Amino acid sequence: MATIEQLAIFQITIPLIVAPLVFLLKNGNRAWFLTLVTSVAMMWVASQLLVHVLSVGEFVTQIGGWAAPWGIEYRVDTVNAFVLLIVSAMSSIVLMFARQSVNQEIESNKRSLFYTSWLLCLTGLLGVTITGDAFNVFVFLEISSLSSYVLIAMGRDRRALTSSFQYLVMGTIGATFILIGIGFLFIATGTLNMADISERLSDTSQTRTVRTAFAFIIVGIGLKLAMFPLHLWLPNAYAYAPSVASAFLAATATKVALYMLLRFIYTVFGFEFSFDLPLSETLVILSSAAILVGSVVAIFQDNLKRLLAYSSVAQIGYMLLGVSLATQAGLSAALLHVFNHAVIKGGLFLVLGCFVFRFGTASLKLLSGKGTQMPWTFAAFIAGGLSLIGVPLTTGFVSKWQLVTAALDIGWWPVALVVLAGSILAIVYVWRAVEVLYFRPVSDDSQIVKEAPLELLLPTWLLIGANIYFGINTELSIGVADVAAHWLMTGTR
Amino acid sequence: MDILSHYNYWVAIFLMMTGFYVVIASGNLVKKLIGLNVFQASVFILYISAGVVDKGVPPILKEGASILYSNPLPHVLILTAIVVGVGTTALGLALAVRIKEAYGSVEEDDIHAQEED
Amino acid sequence: MKIPASEVLLLLALIIPVVGSFFIFLCRKYPNVREGITLITGIALFANVSLIASRVFTGERPEFVLAEPFSGFTLSLAVEPLGMLFALLASFLWIITSIYAIGYMRGHGEDNQTRFYIFFACSIASVMGVAFAGDLLTLFVFYEVLTLMTYPLVTHSGTAEARRSGRVYLGILISTSMVFFLLAVVWTALEVGTLAFSIGGIYPEGTEPWVLGLLLALFVFGIGKAAIMPFHRWLPAAMVAPTPVSALLHAVAVVKAGVFSILKICIYIFGANSLHDLAVAEWLSLLAGFTIIAASIVAMGKDNLKARLAYSTISQLSYVTLGALLGNSAAWTGASMHMVAHAFGKITLFFCAGAILVAHHKKNVSDLDGLGRVMPFTMGAFFIGSLSIAGLPPTAGMWSKWYLVLGTVDAGELILLNVLLLSTLLNVYYLVSIPIRGFFKPLRTPVSGIKEAPLPCLIAIGVTTTITVGLFIYPEHLFQAVSGLVTTW
Repeated sequence: MATIEQLAIFQITIPLIVAPLVFLLKNGNRAWFLTLVTSVAMMWVASQLLVHVLSVGEFVTQIGGWAAPWGIEYRVDTVNAFVLLIVSAMSSIVLMFARQSVNQEIESNKRSLFYTSWLLCLTGLLGVTITGDAFNVFVFLEISSLSSYVLIAMGRDRRALTSSFQYLVMGTIGATFILIGIGFLFIATGTLNMADISERLSDTSQTRTVRTAFAFIIVGIGLKLAMFPLHLWLPNAYAYAPSVASAFLAATATKVALYMLLRFIYTVFGFEFSFDLPLSETLVILSSAAILVGSVVAIFQDNLKRLLAYSSVAQIGYMLLGVSLATQAGLSAALLHVFNHAVIKGGLFLVLGCFVFRFGTASLKLLSGKGTQMPWTFAAFIAGGLSLIGVPLTTGFVSKWQLVTAALDIGWWPVALVVLAGSILAIVYVWRAVEVLYFRPVSDDSQIVKEAPLELLLPTWLLIGANIYFGINTELSIGVADVAAHWLMTGTR
Repeated sequence: MDILSHYNYWVAIFLMMTGFYVVIASGNLVKKLIGLNVFQASVFILYISAGVVDKGVPPILKEGASILYSNPLPHVLILTAIVVGVGTTALGLALAVRIKEAYGSVEEDDIHAQEED
Repeated sequence: MKIPASEVLLLLALIIPVVGSFFIFLCRKYPNVREGITLITGIALFANVSLIASRVFTGERPEFVLAEPFSGFTLSLAVEPLGMLFALLASFLWIITSIYAIGYMRGHGEDNQTRFYIFFACSIASVMGVAFAGDLLTLFVFYEVLTLMTYPLVTHSGTAEARRSGRVYLGILISTSMVFFLLAVVWTALEVGTLAFSIGGIYPEGTEPWVLGLLLALFVFGIGKAAIMPFHRWLPAAMVAPTPVSALLHAVAVVKAGVFSILKICIYIFGANSLHDLAVAEWLSLLAGFTIIAASIVAMGKDNLKARLAYSTISQLSYVTLGALLGNSAAWTGASMHMVAHAFGKITLFFCAGAILVAHHKKNVSDLDGLGRVMPFTMGAFFIGSLSIAGLPPTAGMWSKWYLVLGTVDAGELILLNVLLLSTLLNVYYLVSIPIRGFFKPLRTPVSGIKEAPLPCLIAIGVTTTITVGLFIYPEHLFQAVSGLVTTW
């Protein structure tokens, strides 16, 4: 039985080592199976880490035995254990769905490459989350980004290629900005270990170098996070990627970016420094714009995947709004929404995956009237949509409640109203889709399809069901989010 | 402010802006990648030049007591970053090849025009 | 058989209709079995609710916590006299409406009947949740769920018009509840620290008047189901639904959930003392008075019978809102009794409208001259129903109006007193005139013999009409049920 420190290292090394093994397996189904097993194992590891951290507190693992601050260390506390669990769990559930979908959307000679990239992406995302070294963050970030460019480019439509290229260019600029920021931090403090930087910054923080570093890092992460107005790569990337890739990335990539943002703001730079600068005001304006603009644009989309992508831009706005409140309650609401949104969007993209599997398209025009042919899938879509709106008994409602409560607690009325306005706009774009799928006359009577296969329905309903379960029993989600927020704010349990 | 003694920063800034401009303004996909490379190179220079210690020798271990080395850490970091940059460029060029196969061109305008239909 | 504890009975009130809807789905291929299940579920629910009532009226106050989604705020069920009344009303009328629906849906040859009965059952489950809500959060949750469960019923026919109306329905109800109602609930939670209902209100002594006033306004406008102007447009839009839907939901369940919520919030969240001191309460009651008159005037101009009944409902709902806002014991008694009286009266009227539609395919008031000769039973029932809405003897509506009038006098609101009296006259004009013309005017197109609606419809009509008169003759039970509201929990 491995010690907890070894488990932390396994979290990264196992998917990294398995990835080339998957590449060697030419059979798509075997590659899938190995990937699934690895991902589930990683979910188990993450859950062990979370349990340990909740009971004992944060712990540190040194890679290779080299002591910090020269060696790289993995520092696990409640915040990143939470994110680790979310990422690995979403990866596993989407992988359960993936086999038939991938077999249909990707040519047989590329399938093992797909799964290889998946594992590398997973490694990168988990690495960003677990590491305690600033430069290591950059390395793992680029690992996950490069593999996600590959995942996206494997979509059937040729626009997947241009979307991936656009994402590559913008993503690299973002990552390079982060690198510049880390460079300035290094120049100012002489170290790369995050805990060490934060100690040394407490003396030297009010210099132009450090402020510039902060700005570059925030902008760079903002690009990865699809923070308005740096979100332009997201709609195309999610729309044309293979369905399971969209589901996986929508549920994980931006969440990890938000984690990075929180880690830098709270742990590295510190609360006082960060919010002395006009961070709060900037985030409030940008996130409100994200919520309103993202939702309005979603209303006019024909492609359901793009509709959900713009909806994601709005949902990321909610998370940032929580952060901008600069209170523990707001931060807790943001972390809660990280969890809730992963469940909602993951589930909704899997629903779209079912539609694409049977109908070959995600276009509302082509899908009109066909909702009834796949009743379980359609019901899942409605349930997920209700959660986006924030109807009670769903996770969306729980997030909204926490966010509005946090805003009213400090008297920020306009913010509460923006959140509620977002719900109204969500009603419009969700209901429009539901109406077209159900009520409109069928666009062409060519084929009557059957319901999606059980292998696809089960993971979809697992997530949609989780959506409703966590809308009522919030012990895990709010519980951990509260602890994590407290930890980030105060540095104590 | 010593402008001349901080010339390394000016070089880095110049390269950064040039690269950034090429990325944004160029319509050709391959040229965008070149701009991206220039942009990344500027960061490399920023790091390495910041690691230089006055009167220090390149950080290669030599026999002898108390020799002043330049900081080796930036070199290590930049090696990693160069590798990342190479990987990115390779991927970008591969995508450009595939785009050329799919659209017949690597000019953004042509690609947009084809998508409009 | 051992009768379970009251807490279990409470939970069963929610579970029975949901389980029923599940069995309806299973038996969808066998219409008679399916209808039978609806009736059995309805009877089981009514039996369950009556059992709870027998315990509540001896003083028991069962409670049941379902979940605690946010720390300090639970989803819980609890019973008090008003909620008990509402639950009894809704569960009893479900049975009656199901009988009616069976006759109507088959007589009219409607499609998608299974979907209809399933969502009917689920809506009733939501109504039970509203009636038995133990705190404001639970009330809000089931209020929203009710909107969603009734949407498929409103858009039942699937036509473009139905969809458009569905959008208005959903749009107005969810927008008002998400923006105003939810905001008021969260703000209350922050101000008070708890959301549980309690006699005399929950706001602490030192709460500023402007805060209370704004909260009251947010609640009244946020509860769109009470159809106070200008958020009333969803009601006429929802008339596109089949008549049994209009009857149960828009005369009984949905609209009553709205005014019930307002009543409950006035009694248990604000309390009589707070309401007396609030200027906003007075303005809102004047707005309710305006709604009463304005809706009546619009109703006068409507030739479509269901549209006329819809505007009459809007007007009558503001009676209850008015009573709730006045904040004295007479007004609250009147408002609660009116919930019941209006339910029976209006449901009779809707049943008759549907019967006329099925038997003779007539939708407009102008076509109804002389129809009393051909449908004497239906027209007679319509007459009784319209008397109840107008508040005239020998119907239940008279008592509730009596107490509301007393309430306005107690509060010194002479304008509102005049509003109530004027509205009686208007009601006579646009409602009672219909059966009068039905009996005394000659038929437009001669029809020989008597051609009434299908038998199940007639049974339903008969039951509700009898109760309307019955409550006039024996109002004691009703009065006792509501009289404890001001002073005891």
